[in-house]
Amino acid sequence: MSISSRTQTDIDRAAGEAAPVVPKAGSMFGFSRTQAIAFAIMVLLVVLCPWVLYPVFLMKVLCFALFACAFNLLIGYVGLLSFGHAAFFGMGSYITAWTVKHWGLSAEVAIILGGLTGAALGLVLGWLAIRRQGLYFAMITLALAQMVYFFCLQAPFTGGEDGIQQVPRSSLFGLLPLDRDMAIYWLVAFVFLAGFLFIHRVVHSPFGQVLKAIRENEPRATSLGYRTDDYKLIAFTLSCTLAGIAGGTKALVFGIATLTDVHYSMSGEVVLMTLLGGLGTIFGPVVGALVVTAMENYLAQFGAWVTVTQGAIFILCVLFFRKGIVGTVGGWFRLEL
Amino acid sequence: MSDTILETTGLTREFQGFVAVNEVALRVREGTIHALIGPNGAGKTTFFNMLSKFLAPTRGTIRFKGRDITSLKPAQVARLGLVRSFQISAVFPHLTALENVRLALQRARGASFDFWRSEQVLREYDDRARQLLFDVGLTEYVETSAGLLSYGRKRALEIATTLALDPEMMLLDEPTAGMTHEDVDRIVELIKRIRQGRTILMVEHNLSVVEGLCDTITVLTRGRILAEGDYATVSKNPEVIAAYLGTEHA
Ligand SMILES: Nc1ncnc2c1ncn2[C@@H]1O[C@H](COP(=O)(O)OP(=O)(O)OP(=O)(O)O)[C@@H](O)[C@H]1O
Ligand SMILES: [Mg+2]
Repeated sequence: MSISSRTQTDIDRAAGEAAPVVPKAGSMFGFSRTQAIAFAIMVLLVVLCPWVLYPVFLMKVLCFALFACAFNLLIGYVGLLSFGHAAFFGMGSYITAWTVKHWGLSAEVAIILGGLTGAALGLVLGWLAIRRQGLYFAMITLALAQMVYFFCLQAPFTGGEDGIQQVPRSSLFGLLPLDRDMAIYWLVAFVFLAGFLFIHRVVHSPFGQVLKAIRENEPRATSLGYRTDDYKLIAFTLSCTLAGIAGGTKALVFGIATLTDVHYSMSGEVVLMTLLGGLGTIFGPVVGALVVTAMENYLAQFGAWVTVTQGAIFILCVLFFRKGIVGTVGGWFRLEL
Repeated sequence: MSDTILETTGLTREFQGFVAVNEVALRVREGTIHALIGPNGAGKTTFFNMLSKFLAPTRGTIRFKGRDITSLKPAQVARLGLVRSFQISAVFPHLTALENVRLALQRARGASFDFWRSEQVLREYDDRARQLLFDVGLTEYVETSAGLLSYGRKRALEIATTLALDPEMMLLDEPTAGMTHEDVDRIVELIKRIRQGRTILMVEHNLSVVEGLCDTITVLTRGRILAEGDYATVSKNPEVIAAYLGTEHA
């Protein structure tokens, strides 16, 4: 598996250079001490930033951060590179938008439906793709996601080129209206933090232990009696569920679901975020999402240069910072983040 | 002496017309250590890959404990108690030695699909894992990442992990390849200790190891069985000597 072996070389190098001793935390939800501190800082930032920065921008960051964390669960902990994650993000987005707009569902139900859509689609597409290894897996996920894209282009319910527009933000539990930015912000923050902790739990569960074994040496895991395809499929489905939730949440925030969300460039973006932040690190995807989203926002005035800049950063990352921002900086201080 | 635990009949594997394993009929008796030797490219690893179901045979059948396992999946065969090791050391490099062994012990819970539970539940296996690591002389390395261990210690860790499954039969593919003298001695001692109640089929190039350990030896060349018997018989066989000239890895 070319992809996972590349990730492994990186971790190898990290282990060789710094030989980080991983402290086995007892109680802190599987967080090491540094991770617990970093998590506390992250929560603090999530709570404080909307008073200083534009909340809509922050919500976009948080949605993409959850999306990237979901993607990282696969690439970082199972060694599976999905090139089609936009399909799950986008379909989640469409279903949440549609059910809120046409059925008037409350926000939390619509988001859950978005997640279930991601799960169902992930189960089917994952089942088709999971038997292939490495780059073949990546190619099949890309191909399947393209089929989802063309389905969305043709299907009447998605509104084709226009997408689903003017989606109301609905309300929480049918009670608390979410129209104000600061109201929906707390919902988004909750969804993000819950998703983040969920992923962390998955990684540090008996199941996660088997996932890591598969990432490290799949034939060996098989020889110990684990049916590795089953584990990969469950991990894939979990990741797609979270991608669907992230998409649905984003649709509510912006009141719109469009083809952009299912487009392959969205799949590329989540790869970029994760790579830039540091794959296989728990905070990397969050940092990556922040940087990429900020770049898009603040460089938007330069038009096509955003894409060029992103491409350049991507190349620099692959060439010089293969552990990403968090992996590299963490390496300087010998911290495992 | 005892019953057959593993039996192949007419086992054959072709790679695009090249016959790597050719009509091999092998019987392994329960409780013995059985060596499979032969020059490079003889088809030993291919044969192992078929026994452990990593490769499908082109023809032939495999019976384990009287049951036809020819069409099973690799993980199923492992769960029946036929567990393999690999020619190239197979550890989980970024997990600690303890975690490596625990992954095998964890099999006792059945399938670990519980992603919602904390890995703390695996602590119940820590003592047993430490004991196994002690048995293979790795007590000092319990918390070390497996990838940082020396080659010999990786092989020892691999054996500890395999033993953790308490398999009835182990397939060891060159357990001492690339090891220093002391490491070889340690592995030999280890195999002597763990053979109780088990059957071992091993590929081994080091003939002094074979001589000291194995009850029966099968010589494979170009995919076919050339000779079979105990060490004294096989080592005097002129065909075996001819096949081995210049290729011996003592
Ligand atoms: N996947 C494959 N495709 C094509 N040929 C193969 C494949 N695997 C093995 N072979 C060939 O089959 C023959 C037997 O290989 P095998 O690895 O079983 O030998 P071996 O006895 O284990 O040798 P060694 O002592 O070097 O480990 C070799 O000629 C090898 O090139
Ligand atoms: Mg071999």
